This record gives sequence, C-alpha cells and structure tokens, in this order.
Amino acid sequence: MNGWAHHLIIAPILVPLLAAAVLLFIDERQRVAKAMVSLTSVVILVCVSFVLFRIESGPSDFEGVYLLGNWAAPFGIVLVLDGLSAMMLLLTALVALASLVYSMARWHTVGAHFHTMFQLLLMGVDGAFLTGDLFNLFVFFEVMLAASYGLLLHGSGPLRVKAGLHYIAVNLAAALLFLIGVSLIYGTAGTLNMADLAARIPQIEPDRRMLMEAGAGVLGIAFLIKAGMWPLCFWLPTAYSAASAPVAGVFAILSKLAIYVILRLIMLLFETGPSAGFGSTFLLIGGIATVVFGTIGVLASQALGRLAGYSVLVSSGTLLMVLGINDGAVSSGALLYLVSSTLTISAFFMLIELVERGQDAGASVLTVTMEVYGDADDDEPQEGDGVTMPGTMAILGICFAACAILLSGLPPLSGFIAKFAMLSAMMGTGAIGVPPTAAVWTLIVLVILSGVAALIAMTRVGIRTFWSSIEGTVPRVLVIEIVPVMFLLSLTLVLTVQAGPAMQYMDTTIRTLASPENYINAVRNATVLKGVADSNGQGGD
Amino acid sequence: MEIILSIAIGVMTFCGVWLILRPRTYQVIVGLSLLAYAVNLFIFSVGGVKTNVPPVLVDGTATASLADPVPQALVLTAIVIGFATTALFLVVLLASRGLTGSDHVDGRSDPS
Repeated sequence: MNGWAHHLIIAPILVPLLAAAVLLFIDERQRVAKAMVSLTSVVILVCVSFVLFRIESGPSDFEGVYLLGNWAAPFGIVLVLDGLSAMMLLLTALVALASLVYSMARWHTVGAHFHTMFQLLLMGVDGAFLTGDLFNLFVFFEVMLAASYGLLLHGSGPLRVKAGLHYIAVNLAAALLFLIGVSLIYGTAGTLNMADLAARIPQIEPDRRMLMEAGAGVLGIAFLIKAGMWPLCFWLPTAYSAASAPVAGVFAILSKLAIYVILRLIMLLFETGPSAGFGSTFLLIGGIATVVFGTIGVLASQALGRLAGYSVLVSSGTLLMVLGINDGAVSSGALLYLVSSTLTISAFFMLIELVERGQDAGASVLTVTMEVYGDADDDEPQEGDGVTMPGTMAILGICFAACAILLSGLPPLSGFIAKFAMLSAMMGTGAIGVPPTAAVWTLIVLVILSGVAALIAMTRVGIRTFWSSIEGTVPRVLVIEIVPVMFLLSLTLVLTVQAGPAMQYMDTTIRTLASPENYINAVRNATVLKGVADSNGQGGD
Repeated sequence: MEIILSIAIGVMTFCGVWLILRPRTYQVIVGLSLLAYAVNLFIFSVGGVKTNVPPVLVDGTATASLADPVPQALVLTAIVIGFATTALFLVVLLASRGLTGSDHVDGRSDPS
C-alpha cells in the first residue's frame, strides 16, 4: 500500500500514548515543559487527522485497513479507517486542541497529571474510532473511561468527587454490561472482528440468533448509558457541569463517541439479513424520550453548566431519534448535526466558565441552585497571568449569542443547516422521497420544539448575564481562554460556508456505510505484508 | 457442571445488583466487585464448559476437543481492567468519605 501514509492510520493512537508516557517522566513542577509536550502531541494529532481526512475525502481508493502485528484479518486485531472514522478523528483532534489551549491558562495547574490523562483520553477515543474489533473497542473504551474518571476529578472539591463517584459507578456498571454483550455475541457468532461478524450474522441459525440479539441489545445499553439516553442519563448533566471547563469541553466528544459506535454497529451488523433494523424502534422511542427530558431540563436549569449538560442530552437524543428512523438521507444531515453540535457544546462549556467568572457570588446564589455553587470558591484555581482580553463583555456576548444560535438551530450558522438537512430529508423534499409517517412528524415537532426551548433558555440566561447585571464585575478573561472558544465557533462558521462540500462528504460516507460489504471485503482482503516477519519482525513496507 | 456454574453466576449477579442499589459506598463497591466476578465467569463460560482439555492446538488433536482460548484471553483482560477500575473507585470512595464525612453515595449525613 502507498508507503508511509498507510502507517499514519495508527498514529492517532501511538502519538498520545507516547506523549502520555513521556509526560510521566517530567516533574509536575515543570509545567511549561509538560504543556509543550502535550500541545505538540495534539498539534501532531490535528495534522495527522487532517491528512487522513484529506485522503478519505479524495477520490483515491485508500486502503484503510491496518493489520496490527501483521496478522490476517479475523485472527488479528485490525484498525479500519473510513470516511466516518476519519471525520470523527479530525473532530476529536480539533476539540482537543481547543480544550488543551484553554486549560493552559490556569486549569492544568490545579491538580497532578492533567496532561497525561488528557493524552490517554485522546488515545482511548481515537482507538475506539479506529478499531475494527469489538473486544479491542472495549479496551479502548476502558482506556478512555479510566482517563475520564481522572479528568472529571481534576480540580477536586466535594462537588466533583460526588459527581465523580456517581459517574464512575454508572460507567463501571456499563462496562460490565459491555462485557456481557460482547461475550454473548462471541458465544453465538464465534468472532469479535466487526467485519467477520457482519458477514456471519445474516447466517446465524434462529435459535442462536435470539441470544445474539440479546447480546447486541445488552451491548447497546452500555453505549446508550454513555450517550445519555433517557432513562440512563441522570448522571450526565451533573457530571458534565461539575467537570472543570476544559474537561467538559473535551467530554463533549465522549457522548458522540457512543453515538458513533451505535451508528457503526447498526449500519454494519444490522443492515441486511433477518436481523435488519434491529433496535431501531427502541432507539426511536428512547431518542424521543431523551429529547423531551433534555428539553425540559434545558428550560428548568438555572445554572449555565446544567443547561449545557442538558443540551448534550438534547443533541444525543436527536441523533438517536434520527438513527432510529434509519434512513440514509436523514443520517447524512445527522452527521453534520453531530459535528456541529459537538463543536458548539464544547465551545459552550468553555464559554460558561468565562461568563460565570463575572457574576458576583450573591446574585448567583439567589438565582442558581445552591448545590451547584456551594463550593465554587474552594476549587477555583488562582488567576493566571497573561494578556487580558480587551472588550471582554462584547466578545463574550457575541460568543454567547453564537452558541445560542447554534444550539437552537437558527440561521445563519451550521446548526440551522444541519437541522434543515435532517428535516427536509424527512419531509420528503430531500434527495429521497419519503412520505412522512407519524414517527417522522413527532420527530420533526420535537426537533423544532427543542430548538425553541434552547432559544428561550439561552435568551433568558443571556439577558440575566449580559444586560441586567449592571453592578456585575467584568470578568478578567485571558486571550488564551477566549481564543479556543472563538476557534471552535469559527469552525462552525467554516462548516456553514462550506456546507456543500461537507454535505457531499457525509453523503459519500453514509452511502459507503449503507453497504456493509465494502467494509467486510476491505477487511477480508487486507493482505499480510510479505517477508517482513522474516527480516525484523516489525511491520514495515 | 453447567448448572452449578449458571447458578453461581446468577447468585453473584443477584447479590451484586442488590448491593449496588444500596446507599452506602462500601456496599456499592462490593456489589460492583461481585458483578465483575459474575461477568468474568460468564465470559469464561461462553466458550463452552470443558474440563481437562488444553486450549493449545498441536498436531493430531481434533479441534472439537479443544477448549476455546479466546474467552480465556478475554477474561484475563477483563479481570485486569476490572481490578484497576475497582481500585480507582476505592480511591474516589475514600476521597468522598474524607470530603463529606459520610459514606452515603450522595454525601448525605443522615443515616436513612
């Protein structure tokens, strides 16, 4: 295969792993050195992901299957890069870059090993996007979760420890469900390689099929807990709002990771054969319930952190609903929505901390639940030194307005385009003419209502924060903190301007996903490199 | 053999689920450990219960008489990961105990 480019596939896993290892050897007091190693790693990740993304979006048929240890496909573990995973890798790297730069203002100094855990989180997320093996997916998921436990607790304080306790307990239980699902699937299908599974599942005899479907259901529950489907979502707003701002910013990608896995497995394993459409009704109903719950939560929450947490639920729920409808045209709009909402929510989490810095404690206690604010003073890190942003309130206000527009899906930003693409495809005016059914109408109404609710909630908070707080002190915001937020928001602007090419890319991705034989054949036909094992035992070309 | 194994897994799962729904953090961690044992045994059993057969393929052995090596490899990974995460959870539990002065999962002080 074309030389060095093929080895780039494994780079998104190796680079953060190496960086995390190196970071462990640097003393905690050498903050600049640590930050530089971490930043270098993330910048390399952005470059690598961008190259991979360009290769995937190009016309060349790049062979995206990487055989680890040079073992042939069903026996060894494979990494598979396709349009969807390349897009998610790029999204992860960009969100990580913004969060990391943001954390360098002050958050990375409030506890030990921030950068190490950050890198390990990236390794887990990237590995989960790339892997083509169910058990390997579990391992990468655990790497990601273990790092996220540490990151959630970063900064300490009773509130974070309490939220962390719940988060860890829920996710440990989810990991056990994951294992039960994986072993049931292995017991019935006899393989864990996703491509091999996809080929075997249509041929499973009926008595085993039931067990296999039970296994897939249990496995799905594990991901739905992570994605935050109602009623498995009560931990999410608390955990996300308790996390420190840059951590919450990068956590925005985690619930989308679960959505990615569900999308991948459904489109790969349950596209054809007697199990086709497995779980889609469940996803549809669950998604509807999640959107309703998230919308009520958005309207009810007075603290900005919780509002953002519930917005995560709304976007997860919307994606689950659209997945449940199971229509290719809808899903390409959904992919755009996935990217746009991840960027928005990540920027929003980081913006919240800047905005709340300006509110005086007395006013917050009146308006905001005590529980959320009880210990805000203990865990706030010291003010960092650096260039302060001029015209702070104006810039914060503009960013906040952009977030409100994106979350509610108003024109002209990408939130609108994404929702419009989803809705128009469902209404039957898109490329594929589908007459709207009752479920589709429910979905459309809910998507629009959740947007309205987000708009109401954001306007209310915006008025309270930016207009009515006359005596409120102007927050001291560093350039290094506001630039990442503006960077993420400007990415949504790029997505808006370049919506045509972006939609084209996603259409191609969805069309590739819709025929699993592409994936199956790519993995099965991946050839072992000859003569390498004899010479040096290493993978080479 | 299969019956005993199934009953053992079932009882451990039952106890584990009951314990993680209890309000004390210590009960939750014991429950999670029990659930992890149950799941490990479950993974181990999906390869089929066989006694006195090696998982190693050598010339001349019929493949039907072999134990499946994959669940054994999986369970090994699962044990290691489960152990590490339980240890981590224990640390968080102690931190929560220290910060709130209570071993209630919500940090409440009343003994209800």
